[in-house]
Amino acid sequence: MCLCIPSQIVEIHPEDSTVTVDTLGVRRRISTHLIEDPLNMGDYLLIHVGFAISKINEQEALKSLEEYRLLLAEMDEEEARALFI
Amino acid sequence: MIELKDLSQGFRNPELMQSLSQRIHQLSAQLSESVKIMEVCGGHTHTIMKYGLNQLLPRNIEFIHGPGCPVCIMPKERIDHAIELAMLPEVILVTLGDMIRVPGSKGTLAQCRAKGGDVRPVYDPLDALEIAKQNPDRKVVFFAIGFETTTPMTAVLLELAEKQNVANLYFHINHVLVPPAVDAVMADGAAKVTAFIGPSHVSAITGSDIYQPIVDCYHTPVVVSGFEPVDVMQSILMIVEQKVQGIAKLEVQYTRVVTAKGNQAAQQKVASMFTLRPHFRWRGLGDIPLSSLVLSEQYRHRDAEIVFADALSDQAIEDHKACQCADILRGLAKPNQCRVFGRGCTPTKPMGSCMVSSEGACNAYYRYAGLAFDLDLTKEATTGKASINRAKTEKEITA
Amino acid sequence: MRTVQLSHGGGGQEMNKLISDLFFHHFQNEILLKAEDAAVLQLEGPIAFTSDSFTVSPLFFAGGDIGKLAIAGTVNDLAMVGAQPQYLSCSFIIEEGFEYHKLETIVKSMKAELEKSGAQIVCGDTKVVPRGAADGVFINTTGVGTVKYPNISVSQLQAGDAILVSRDIGCHGSCILMARDELRLESELVSDCATLWPVVERLIESGVSLHAMRDATRGGLSAVLNEWCEGSKIQIDVEEEKIPIADAVQGLCELYGFEPYDLANEGTMILAVPAKDVPAALDVLRLFSPNAEQIGTVVEAQQHKVIMHNPWGGRRYLELPQGELLPRIC
Repeated sequence: MCLCIPSQIVEIHPEDSTVTVDTLGVRRRISTHLIEDPLNMGDYLLIHVGFAISKINEQEALKSLEEYRLLLAEMDEEEARALFI
Repeated sequence: MIELKDLSQGFRNPELMQSLSQRIHQLSAQLSESVKIMEVCGGHTHTIMKYGLNQLLPRNIEFIHGPGCPVCIMPKERIDHAIELAMLPEVILVTLGDMIRVPGSKGTLAQCRAKGGDVRPVYDPLDALEIAKQNPDRKVVFFAIGFETTTPMTAVLLELAEKQNVANLYFHINHVLVPPAVDAVMADGAAKVTAFIGPSHVSAITGSDIYQPIVDCYHTPVVVSGFEPVDVMQSILMIVEQKVQGIAKLEVQYTRVVTAKGNQAAQQKVASMFTLRPHFRWRGLGDIPLSSLVLSEQYRHRDAEIVFADALSDQAIEDHKACQCADILRGLAKPNQCRVFGRGCTPTKPMGSCMVSSEGACNAYYRYAGLAFDLDLTKEATTGKASINRAKTEKEITA
Repeated sequence: MRTVQLSHGGGGQEMNKLISDLFFHHFQNEILLKAEDAAVLQLEGPIAFTSDSFTVSPLFFAGGDIGKLAIAGTVNDLAMVGAQPQYLSCSFIIEEGFEYHKLETIVKSMKAELEKSGAQIVCGDTKVVPRGAADGVFINTTGVGTVKYPNISVSQLQAGDAILVSRDIGCHGSCILMARDELRLESELVSDCATLWPVVERLIESGVSLHAMRDATRGGLSAVLNEWCEGSKIQIDVEEEKIPIADAVQGLCELYGFEPYDLANEGTMILAVPAKDVPAALDVLRLFSPNAEQIGTVVEAQQHKVIMHNPWGGRRYLELPQGELLPRIC
């Protein structure tokens, strides 16, 4: 399913190529058959129908969030005030 | 260290949404003609409607919903196949979620189950392997659907079935490809799409490079976007920036997941087990050559279309005349323009496939867009400030 | 392993023993122990009367079981019209072969839940059906209570009323979904299943005006608010970010594409009170749950719809949930 929330690795089970992931306190076991990169505890994964399809690139995520912070800071204060009345 | 909440809430920040909306309004004022953005993937359609993104956009930016919901594009004859298989006494038909509610010409899989067909919806394709192991005297058919995102899972299922010698698992393959569908929409030209929001999960598998030919061939911007509301708003801003500069290029907004080359392990698995099918008929788009996959030669013994050929009908079946799913999937009509939308066709009693899946355009409109139509919100917003202020006043609803 | 046999429902010695050892033993009170054909009740003033059947699967879930549910559900229906729950009937339909100790666990948890409101089971019935004719155990409870605060009604909402929710929503529905084998999910989440009479009693004592109350069971928050709009011919504006939702419920919804507003609750109520009473009402509610919150307001309008406002100014109707809960496929 095309749902975007990432899940975090909390247990690794190499014996059957699965990991247990946590999403806001909900845990489930998912397949890592499609991931070749080494997986570590704490990594974030994107999940699709019970399979990890990609590791989330934390550096890139942080870069986006930083870009957003700058974007907000740039906003003219007055316009901001007018917007949020 | 990044927190999970940053990865979700950080991309739903209200102030950021308003700031992006304002920037889009400012920039798009410079555009001489309106931008018609096709979001190819049903997940994006869902995000746009659920989060009311169209209410935050100026009049000259319009969404055209694309053919990117795997349930929606399935023609009736394929669903009939599923039903014909499920009615065979020796067969257990396994498929994913929503598929069981899509009507073919002989009803739905859910109705077939009520009549005694053994239909088992699963959440995880690997469940099919367990079902096959638990029922060695039955033939388990995995009715595989989905775009490039879901094909690798079918490949893993096949790989494990081979490795573990589970002989009674068969596949009815309906895996389709995004680029030929996008190309069909552009080649047809009737939808007049001028920019694309590229799919998130498909691109995680395939990489963003697969869209370069579309950009080159039709001089149309493609921005690969994440699914969060901020992702989609930022992608729209990136499209508008390209339009203002008069350029068309491939960009990736969803950098935290999508790379140029994608998940190569997944691609290799798919390449080793599937080949291109010469023809596949899409609901709405019709026959598109080389737009779907089929099991490669060495796995013919597991191909349900070959193994059960005698039981399967072989005739193209058109949609009900009143149902406009075809036009909606081609980007020629909006769900609310369909005569049966919300009347003869609702999520509880869907007539067309686009009403079934929560990622179908009709379903998303039905669930989330009723108010926007009643107020005609999609048309009246002209500036960011105006639309946001308007959203804060409730008078016009009562008027 | 001791199990319930068909003979336990046969009306003979075995049945009498089951009733006296189990039901009378745990539910004992003067009226029940008389064992007449019908209980004779002393009630004064207007009486509230309600009935509900419980068929939950699984029977035991995080935060409760079918027994707790069967008491809380009926007691809450009484409390929601301002009635003090007093007397309940209790009927069991038990599948042949059901384990005795499980039945005892269920009965004990019913007893514990009765103590929360002080209601008593004063009559009942037991049927045992052949294996396969029921799923473990089904329970019906019917209850009466004296109305302590009149005129709480689906038709009493007025423009300007505040809409309050007593705690975070969707826990029961989430727990039941997570307990389904095929999802293979785990979490620390427990059902909200609880008796609401103590909260209602405190609200009445506090002098807060109560226009409408409802426990948001099947259909969740969406269903209650839509029923109120129709019932009172008003519009309800809801602020999405104000609705309290536990992380795990949010997580489940994100993972499967559910809306938390559609998920069932079994101990969460929605209230409509005049704006002036909001602080007092929240003070009482927060004695029981820190997550109680005002989530919306009632507006006079020609359209009788629930309008959900998102934090960036987008709006949509919050519709009644439709169809069975199927996860999204892609």
